[in-house]
Amino acid sequence: MSKFGSAIFNRLVIIIPYAWLLFFFLIPFFIVFRISLSETAVAMPPYLPVFNWSDGFSGFLADIRQFSIANYVWLTEDALYIKAYASSLWIAGISTILTLMIAYPIAYGMAQAPGTIRPTLLMLVILPFWTSFLIRVYAWIAILKPEGLFNQLLLTLGVIDQPLIILNTNWAIYIGIVYSYLPFMVLPIYSALEKMDHSLTEAAQDLGCTPISAFWQVTFRLSMPGVVAGCMLVFIPAVGEFVIPDLLGGSETLMIGKTLWNEFNANRDWPVSSAVATILLLILVVPIMFFQQAQAKADSEGR
Amino acid sequence: MKSLGSIRRSFAPWSDPASKPFISFKNVTKKFGDFVAVDNLSLDIFTREFFALLGASGCGKSTLLRMLAGFEQPSSGEIILDGQSLAGIPPYKRPVNMMFQSYALFPHMTVESNVAFGLKQDGMPKADIAERVDQMLKLVKLDKFAKRKPHQLSGGQRQRVALARSIAKRPKVLLLDEPLGALDKKLREETQFELMDLQQELGLTFVVVTHDQEEAMTMADRIAVMAHGKVIQVATPPEIYEAPNSRFVADFIGDVNIFDGTVSAVEDGFVRIETEGGLSIKVASPETPAVGGKAGFAVRPEKIRVGSTRPACAPINAAEGVVWDIGYLGDMTVFHVKLKDGRVVKASSLNAVRSVEDPIGYDQEVWIWFDENAGVVLRD
Repeated sequence: MSKFGSAIFNRLVIIIPYAWLLFFFLIPFFIVFRISLSETAVAMPPYLPVFNWSDGFSGFLADIRQFSIANYVWLTEDALYIKAYASSLWIAGISTILTLMIAYPIAYGMAQAPGTIRPTLLMLVILPFWTSFLIRVYAWIAILKPEGLFNQLLLTLGVIDQPLIILNTNWAIYIGIVYSYLPFMVLPIYSALEKMDHSLTEAAQDLGCTPISAFWQVTFRLSMPGVVAGCMLVFIPAVGEFVIPDLLGGSETLMIGKTLWNEFNANRDWPVSSAVATILLLILVVPIMFFQQAQAKADSEGR
Repeated sequence: MKSLGSIRRSFAPWSDPASKPFISFKNVTKKFGDFVAVDNLSLDIFTREFFALLGASGCGKSTLLRMLAGFEQPSSGEIILDGQSLAGIPPYKRPVNMMFQSYALFPHMTVESNVAFGLKQDGMPKADIAERVDQMLKLVKLDKFAKRKPHQLSGGQRQRVALARSIAKRPKVLLLDEPLGALDKKLREETQFELMDLQQELGLTFVVVTHDQEEAMTMADRIAVMAHGKVIQVATPPEIYEAPNSRFVADFIGDVNIFDGTVSAVEDGFVRIETEGGLSIKVASPETPAVGGKAGFAVRPEKIRVGSTRPACAPINAAEGVVWDIGYLGDMTVFHVKLKDGRVVKASSLNAVRSVEDPIGYDQEVWIWFDENAGVVLRD
């Protein structure tokens, strides 16, 4: 390829991710944001103002003047929303910690396994994706319900004499999230651990660390990028999770995804649900941006 | 500072029956499944010795080092360090430190924290740590790089950090696993001498694993040549080179010509060998093989002389041939001389003068010859 041609090719390659972000994130986001500034109307679409080309530029300006932040004010006024946000963050946080605690030993074991069986183990981690997410969550209902498999097992073993009520509680949600998102935590941690030089832990022990202290000071410390990536991959979707709380959670469970669903479908209140979505995005994006900035700064100072 | 020679010349605890070994491998065997990595090996290493384990990859030298560090446990046998058995002592409690082949520097720590790591584990006071780290970094001439991270250093600098980290705790024994393997040739040669000076300065016992014979020859007081989990010969570099005890060692270290033949006479410290190619060899030898038995004769290329005139000693220790190949290396020239029986003998001569009037050329008919004490008799 000529030099000129390859320069164009390089440009194009860079354009692809930006174009993707523009069309599938920024534009949809602005549509949602614009709806969040509107007010509900019994119409199709169910909000006002609706831009109309026939109104011309002055009509457009008049429409813009109708925008208001009333929906956002409304979110702060009703405790339901704040509670839903807080409870979502809480549930997602607990689930992320639980997922990390289960995923880390799995990833560590995989990284320590002989090279010949690693591909098989990797395959097993990914295997659940071959079944629909929805079916797998439904399956948990059968396992967790009072007369379900889990309770029957415990009853048979004599561990309990009354079925445990797990389904329709927050515990069922934790189980559902941990189960569903486990691979997203295992894979980045595994990839961080797998490329680590084994002689590093030996060096730590040689210099006087017990195996446990060598693990914390060297192995865990060096797997942090994988831990952080895994936590983000679990926490972010878990905050907005709708299916798992809807199927496994109970009436007391308040999660923002479910609230949004109700506003959108039951109340047909597109503007308020758009405002809920916008705030959710801000809650997640702003801390991540700060984190990334700190990370980049640490990187430039030398890893 | 005293030069190395003044200390080294008299340093030979291994030949003194009164001196006690510092490290002893006693009938050590290490098996990995069916594979025997170290095979019933016994070896003594003395205080302040610079000891090299030399062998091809897979000969068990690294396993031996790892057993000393505590990363592997012997399947049977015992390792004694300073009068104490190492059995059951975990790596973090052994008074040895290791410099890893990959250097194993902690990538998330600065040079300073890497060197301080071992001292911190021992709970040394902060001020003392700072002082020791500073001292170590000055020793390896890296005091200006204290705040850098390993990835910001060159290969040679990383090697120095690894060295500083491994000696910071003042271990009784420093283990070095291919310490110069990742450096380029020039740097490697410089560093060899620096390591020797450092070892003398600190008065530590060094055990180095290497596959590079030149490295072992340059640095070590004694070399153990290993193969298939066994020590074939333990001796000083000159002994290893000039008096190999076996065909394997003769062949492994340096270049060698080995002639096979039959012992025809043994008299007054001399052995006569008639080779298969019709060469008559008379060699001074402390070994006295049985007359009529098979024996080999090993002679280094630089001990063989090449010339166009018939030597005085002919027909003993001399043969006629044709120059087949000439390799000019600058400091010396290597000749490949094809003898009448078709065998090619390697001979090298030092280029002590800049030009020779009548140099030996290709296809020239020449004589090769050597002295009566130029080589050794191999019995195996």
